[in-house]
Amino acid sequence: MKSFALITVILTGWLLLSAVSDFPSWGDTESPANDYRLSQHYITETFPESSVPNMVTAVLADYRGYDTMFETVVIFVAGIAIMSILRRKPLDYLKDTGRETRSYKKDPDLIIDTTCRLMIPIIQLFALYVVAHGHHSPGGGFQGGVIFGASFILLALSRDLQAAQRWVPEKRVLNLAGIGILIYSGFGFACMILGSNFLDYEILHKIMPATPVEARSHSMLGVEIGVAFTCTAIMFSIYSNLASNGDMKETL
Amino acid sequence: MELLEALSTKFNYWIYIIIMMIGLYAMISKNNLVKKLIGMSIFQTAIILFYVSIGVKEGATIPILYHDQVHPSHGYSHHKADTGHIEDHHPSHEEIVANLLIEPDDFGNPLPHVLMLTAIVVGVATLGVGLALTQKIYRDFGSIEESEILESIKSAK
Amino acid sequence: MIWAFDLITLIFLVITAIISLQTKDLLSAAMIFGVYSFLMCLLWAGMAAVDVAFTESAVGAGVSAVFLIATVLRTTRRSSD
Repeated sequence: MKSFALITVILTGWLLLSAVSDFPSWGDTESPANDYRLSQHYITETFPESSVPNMVTAVLADYRGYDTMFETVVIFVAGIAIMSILRRKPLDYLKDTGRETRSYKKDPDLIIDTTCRLMIPIIQLFALYVVAHGHHSPGGGFQGGVIFGASFILLALSRDLQAAQRWVPEKRVLNLAGIGILIYSGFGFACMILGSNFLDYEILHKIMPATPVEARSHSMLGVEIGVAFTCTAIMFSIYSNLASNGDMKETL
Repeated sequence: MELLEALSTKFNYWIYIIIMMIGLYAMISKNNLVKKLIGMSIFQTAIILFYVSIGVKEGATIPILYHDQVHPSHGYSHHKADTGHIEDHHPSHEEIVANLLIEPDDFGNPLPHVLMLTAIVVGVATLGVGLALTQKIYRDFGSIEESEILESIKSAK
Repeated sequence: MIWAFDLITLIFLVITAIISLQTKDLLSAAMIFGVYSFLMCLLWAGMAAVDVAFTESAVGAGVSAVFLIATVLRTTRRSSD
């Protein structure tokens, strides 16, 4: 197997390396990818069309809205898949005596507990800032959602899984993940109901106190909040399933 | 001389291909399933690195407009000359756009960034599914080494 | 970007990738994979892709390292290769 792998890698690597000489040189502003008028349109017309200075957020949530919506669905499906792979029946769990059960730590370490108690609210506040300020600075729904989920992961690591599940029990996690996708597609269907295309936010100025250009910006914020809901929920769900081996009782 | 020029402008691509091949080799030849998944992640990040590097422009900044371009509070001297009371006037979107000058070569190409941003998040979801399958395999076979799993499948038949 | 910074980061990237795949202890492999992700994030920040760098530092270096560690502690820490 090793020699087969080595031959494959050498052949593929040689093919790719021989293709490198045809690439445009590093940082070339005249290369086809940078010279193509689509990306130039994104750079010059994003602010006039949607009043969002961060082009990456605008392209992510507005111009390529379908893409982001179904990426969110992929994350949702991955979370459900992990849950259904690892979950076992209660009967199997009682029969499984092969592994020794880990003992719970009764009182958590003072330094770790205090530090995490101080840090978790600040992390959550920063996550909200990242979601809300994603139009004007780097950030957005994916990053903010993952940071918010990481704050719950930190709570589960510093105490145990039950402490985190008091805030986000499994039912609430699944509801949040579904609500995120519903918010995203709800914006799309609202556009359809008002007589425009799916995820064409300009028409939403009829139900928002905003001009058509500002409506696009505000709808992007709403869509990012939906993405953040799903990311938060699924990241915590994946962690709690992987860390407890699917039974949601024992922790690391 | 030609080789030196190619070396200075293309060395990044060579190293990307080396990283990608390290990941591919690990995916094929490693015996441990967690090692295979780490190899998959390395392969994935190498491809993302290649895509992001396509959008790099020499001398360009991040793809976010400057604050002065978006909030031009001091750039309206001719407006102030027309009417005296515009000292605290907040310019409307149309006024800002009319005076906005964006040079495409000043900002990095945002399109590869967008495509790869979603790919990273989906990458961690696929890594999670792979790790869940690894745990399930460990629960059923008591090992995460590929050879031991294949042996116990053979002996069960 | 500065080519010397680029070259040094890329060399460290290759070194961390090889070490994380060669080490026999899976917990240290997971930790070194986190280092690899942080170097990747640094490289992307240098390439003016701040959003991608932000995502990688939150997702790749933070959460996926935690997932790997959770799996390693749930299964076995020792690897044969």
